[in-house]
Amino acid sequence: MTAMLTPVLTAHWDEPDSFTLAGYERTGGYRGLRKALAMSPDDVIATVKNSVLRGRGGAGFPTGVKWSFIPQGDSKPHYLTVNADESEPGTCKDVPLMMATPHTLIEGAIITCYAIRAKHAFIYVRGEVLHVIRRLQHAVAEAYEAGYLGKNILGSGFDLDIVVHAGAGAYICGEESALLTSLEGYRGLPRNRPPFPAVEGLYACPTVINNVESISSVPSIIDDGADWFAGMGTEKSKGYGIFSLSGHVTRPGQYEAPLGITLRELLDLAGGIRAGHRLKFWTPGGSSTPILTDAHLDVPLDFESVAAAGSMLGTRALQIFDDSTCVVRAALRWTEFYQHESCGKCTPCREGTYWMVRTIERLENGKGSEEDLEKLLDLGDNIVGRAFCALGDAAPAPITSAIKYFRDEIMQHQKEGGCPFDPAASTLWAGLK
Amino acid sequence: MPFSDEALARLRADAADIIGRYPRARSALLPLLHLVQSEEGYVSGDGIKFCAEMLGCTQTEVTGVASFYTMYKDSPAGEYQVGVCTNTLCAIMGGDQIYAELAQHLGVDPHGDGDEHHAIVSADGKVGLERVECNAACDYAPVVMVNWEFFDNMTPDSARQLVDDLRAGNKVTPTRGPGRLCTWKEASRILAGFGDGQATDGPSAGPASLVGLELAKEHGWTAPEPSTGGKK
Repeated sequence: MTAMLTPVLTAHWDEPDSFTLAGYERTGGYRGLRKALAMSPDDVIATVKNSVLRGRGGAGFPTGVKWSFIPQGDSKPHYLTVNADESEPGTCKDVPLMMATPHTLIEGAIITCYAIRAKHAFIYVRGEVLHVIRRLQHAVAEAYEAGYLGKNILGSGFDLDIVVHAGAGAYICGEESALLTSLEGYRGLPRNRPPFPAVEGLYACPTVINNVESISSVPSIIDDGADWFAGMGTEKSKGYGIFSLSGHVTRPGQYEAPLGITLRELLDLAGGIRAGHRLKFWTPGGSSTPILTDAHLDVPLDFESVAAAGSMLGTRALQIFDDSTCVVRAALRWTEFYQHESCGKCTPCREGTYWMVRTIERLENGKGSEEDLEKLLDLGDNIVGRAFCALGDAAPAPITSAIKYFRDEIMQHQKEGGCPFDPAASTLWAGLK
Repeated sequence: MPFSDEALARLRADAADIIGRYPRARSALLPLLHLVQSEEGYVSGDGIKFCAEMLGCTQTEVTGVASFYTMYKDSPAGEYQVGVCTNTLCAIMGGDQIYAELAQHLGVDPHGDGDEHHAIVSADGKVGLERVECNAACDYAPVVMVNWEFFDNMTPDSARQLVDDLRAGNKVTPTRGPGRLCTWKEASRILAGFGDGQATDGPSAGPASLVGLELAKEHGWTAPEPSTGGKK
């Protein structure tokens, strides 16, 4: 029987000391690092390339290929920056990973630095997760103590320092170039590319930026092999990934499975939509990925299939909303989020998100018209592709996809002069009284 | 109020430690702002001046950075900052109702957090209230954060009880966090990079983080055996 779920990253989260060095080593921790240090850095890069691991932060760029863009034999220092700024609405996989097994990330970061010839790495973790930051700080200290960090790691001659850097509340810093600007001590504004970070990143030096889950997948790839990893998943979306189900499901939580599992399968595992309701809409990978409906239950959750269905795999943050939920309310709140988090650098995003919010508010209050829908689609067209970074490109996704699937419901608000839904019916405690 | 000589000496030593972590000093600005916030509960004019002096940049530059990031407050925060997630998923699961009821319960203006740098605090100074964006705990919605610790699966009743306990000085334990809840100032010091010895407290993971793993164990589902190399 094929395994529906394939816990690798999550395999030891249920052990009470999984976050300690002793607990991690007992379950095979740092075995991948020992293997990597016995290989040449180029062979490590080749192994990760052959595994076809694609970035788990949403974009899906092949991790090994990204590493190979780092120039070698140059005179500049190289850096690794781990993007631990998990803030995409709906996304909740990296935070439990860093809380339960921070050493997986640290081992992956050491192997990565060895491969790209970096002597300094930064874990840029969002500031709003205090206990995760404690766990990371503690794990880094343990790794130094054990000789996995510092000078001459395990006698290999390789030196590495890792700094845990807490952000201060800004979604935009999850955008890789804004993250670098922030890490340099400035307002977190995105940068023009080219030059790409691999050429001029942190302090204008060659820099790799990878998501937590990408880096944490590296130890298992080195330990168990590229073929083992690539043996899971679909033709172009290899390996396992953490799928995060939230919202109106019976058992929300983390489900680690090969890429290509469907929402129907995941919902079966999660006990289905909460009792007495049916699926209305969902995001495949966070608020930046256009919503889908119950017509998409059998779309394989891999990069290609979700794109073909008109959305994106993103961060596999499956936010599930049932028939009690007003889609206008959901789209408005997401759009308010983009307006709030727009850094203000470029006009299409700064002004466009502002006007989208005002227009959707009017629609939610039942004071809008068909014309407003066209206006919103037009605004979206003028943001996507014209914004400075991916935040702007993503901002119109909630409302344009809501218009695509739920035009009638939006217009129902106008006919009734307000929202026909009762927000109390959507709450966690609805029906429990 | 300007820092005392004692405080300045202590902060300078901490700042030197922070700056020493980075290849370039300016990278220390965010942790330095967390550090001055740990001293006064917010980023004051004196805090800005201190950061500028330590990094050799202007106070205007420091203010520009502090005002960009919502975790830095420009007025004294509560001893316990309560953040209710009102991003879409938590809002719909009940976060909007929790926020509205807490504002009423605390007697603060629910729209007073329009400028998120300005803390809205209960009259006794104990509890500050704000709406926060998605805090990466959606499988525990609705989520409330206190001084950036997780309080999962909240209801209006449990949220009211929580702030009552905070105001009364009763022991409050985060769902996934340490045994002792830090004050706002103590939390800011951890963010500056100085641990409080509580890292090994609390669970490895909460129940929702484990649902997939438990199901896999129940059914005997695992990742495939590697063909060569280590045992799994």
